[in-house]
Amino acid sequence: MLNRTLRIAGITGLSLLAMSSVSAADITGAGASFPAPIYAKWADGYQKATSNRINYQSIGSGGGIKQITAKTVDFGASDMPLKPEVLAKDGLVQFPTVIGGVVPVFNLPGIKPGELKLTGAVLADIYLGKILKWNDKAIAEINPGVNLPASDIGVVRRADGSGTTFIFTNYLSKVSDEWKSKIGEGTAVQWPVGLGGKGNEGVSAFVQRLPGSIGYVEYAYAKQNKLSHAMLKNTAGHFVAPSDTSFKAAAAGADWNKSAFYEILTNQSGKDSWPITGATFILMHKVQDKPAQAAEALKFFAWAYKNGAGMADELDYVPLPDSLVKLIQTSWSQIKDASGKPIPAGM
Amino acid sequence: MSTTKDSTAERAAGGRKLGDWLFFNLTRAFALLTLLLLAGIIVSLFVGSWESIQKFGFSFIWSRDWNPPMEKFGALIPIYGTLVTSLIALIIAVPVSFGIALFLTELSPVWLRRPLGVAIELLAAVPSIVYGMWGLMVFVPFFAKYVQPALAATLGNVPLIGELFSGPSLGIGLLAAGIILAIMIIPFIASVMRDVFDVTPAMLKESAYGVGGNTWEVIWNVVLPYTKVGVIGGIMLGLGRALGETMAVTFVIGNSNFLSNISLFAPGNSITSVLANEFGEAPPGLYTASLIELGLILFLITLTVLVFSRLLLLRLSKQEGSKT
Repeated sequence: MLNRTLRIAGITGLSLLAMSSVSAADITGAGASFPAPIYAKWADGYQKATSNRINYQSIGSGGGIKQITAKTVDFGASDMPLKPEVLAKDGLVQFPTVIGGVVPVFNLPGIKPGELKLTGAVLADIYLGKILKWNDKAIAEINPGVNLPASDIGVVRRADGSGTTFIFTNYLSKVSDEWKSKIGEGTAVQWPVGLGGKGNEGVSAFVQRLPGSIGYVEYAYAKQNKLSHAMLKNTAGHFVAPSDTSFKAAAAGADWNKSAFYEILTNQSGKDSWPITGATFILMHKVQDKPAQAAEALKFFAWAYKNGAGMADELDYVPLPDSLVKLIQTSWSQIKDASGKPIPAGM
Repeated sequence: MSTTKDSTAERAAGGRKLGDWLFFNLTRAFALLTLLLLAGIIVSLFVGSWESIQKFGFSFIWSRDWNPPMEKFGALIPIYGTLVTSLIALIIAVPVSFGIALFLTELSPVWLRRPLGVAIELLAAVPSIVYGMWGLMVFVPFFAKYVQPALAATLGNVPLIGELFSGPSLGIGLLAAGIILAIMIIPFIASVMRDVFDVTPAMLKESAYGVGGNTWEVIWNVVLPYTKVGVIGGIMLGLGRALGETMAVTFVIGNSNFLSNISLFAPGNSITSVLANEFGEAPPGLYTASLIELGLILFLITLTVLVFSRLLLLRLSKQEGSKT
């Protein structure tokens, strides 16, 4: 009896060992939840093409940074780029993968999607609690001919920490000095007003239920759920609608040659640029203890840049412009093994 | 022949001894493992929150700031939210559970006892996220439309406690979270109470009925004193669950860090809801350390509750001793 139990335990142990040795060939990544759907789709396509497996765990940007710093994953993912000095301190490199946008959405009976125009300053004042009514002079001035109601503005924002909030508050900090000094930017901030919804779906549920409310959500989410978006004035003075072309314009206007891809795409110049645009990033270690794993991870991203644009479009993410992809692939020469040899990226 | 028999028996006895020894040590190892885990959790909570403890000291507990960009953190609002929602839950759940247990053990017709008891235990098996979603989709709109205006119109006008039931009827908020928690802990408290009421010796009860007591007198003067240790244990079990409940609270508490008045209609935050909302996206550093310190505080609150209930039980048993 005891013998049999021992034998069973032994077999179980052996099979566990065998399983772990198989999964060692897999690449693991963890982090931001915003790009999780496209990473999953890419991983699926990549597995079909090469039979190599990519496991991505969507645990949040903060979690991704912690996991890559602790070296428990082969790559981390974050919606906010790390500052060059932080990257240098932890021995990391970063590069963007896809672009997305954040869209102000509203619920005003009688006003159609795209009919409401807003500027950054007005948006900041609404979220500061300084503009309280829809027919406030500041809103009426930029919306001639729109019949704005005299009702209160119901401000809706994220209750949970989120990369979407980071991009949104980063934009408000750029366009409003008061926002910058009082509130600042981050994945969660001390909101002066507003109701907190959990996730994009929580915010949109509040906006859809409360007439007179305004919120902000991820573009893909707004588009798929047909929420009423507002037009925003960019730095060139044009009112633009959120779309993949206006996100691409913002990405093209950025100066990516600056150090370490630390680039937040909000408030970019260019007449077609959507002002609340942001990229999402991958983090990897500069010096790799496991060069074979790193090579596999880079191969996956090279494959995704080459073949993944169509899939990104399908899911309403914006693929990176070719010039940027070239720049990223050149930057991969910084990733080296312990002896200082660059990791082959298999392009 | 006989010697071989003896040696087999001896070997068997030896095997049994070895088995006993193995079993004893194995179970002891499991028990020690729990202690080790507990110590490990405390140590890692301390280490993880050290940055924040050093920076803020005790002011962390009474500061109402929660400002990640400016790196100013304080736990007052989450602590307040956790304590208030748990207190509301207890105020509602204890009398209701008492009633349920009383009905099931003393008053209910026998054929109804089993199905009712099973139904209540089933409530305890519903995952908390289901309570959260039901709370947000079904309970909150109903609560905002009918219950809150009625409360504001009645209790809202009572002096002293009127302030608790004022403000806009949003539905979500501390009160809604407390009520959802009450629904969640009722099955726990009720089933413990029922079980301990059931073990009261029939002789005691029958003697009490025999000297002319009615049901209420028997329950209050015989069953409850006999079972108070178990009853308090059940209440503490419920309180422990209410303090630590995360998903259901996060859905309905409103997740907002304001504390401008004492209205229970106002949205708030509990320690667990802040953790659930912000931990995943918090960058390493002071922000994460402050979140871990919140976890440490919750741990200490739970520990205090446990110690307090132990002391209470100790005092009760001492009194028992002096009476006899």
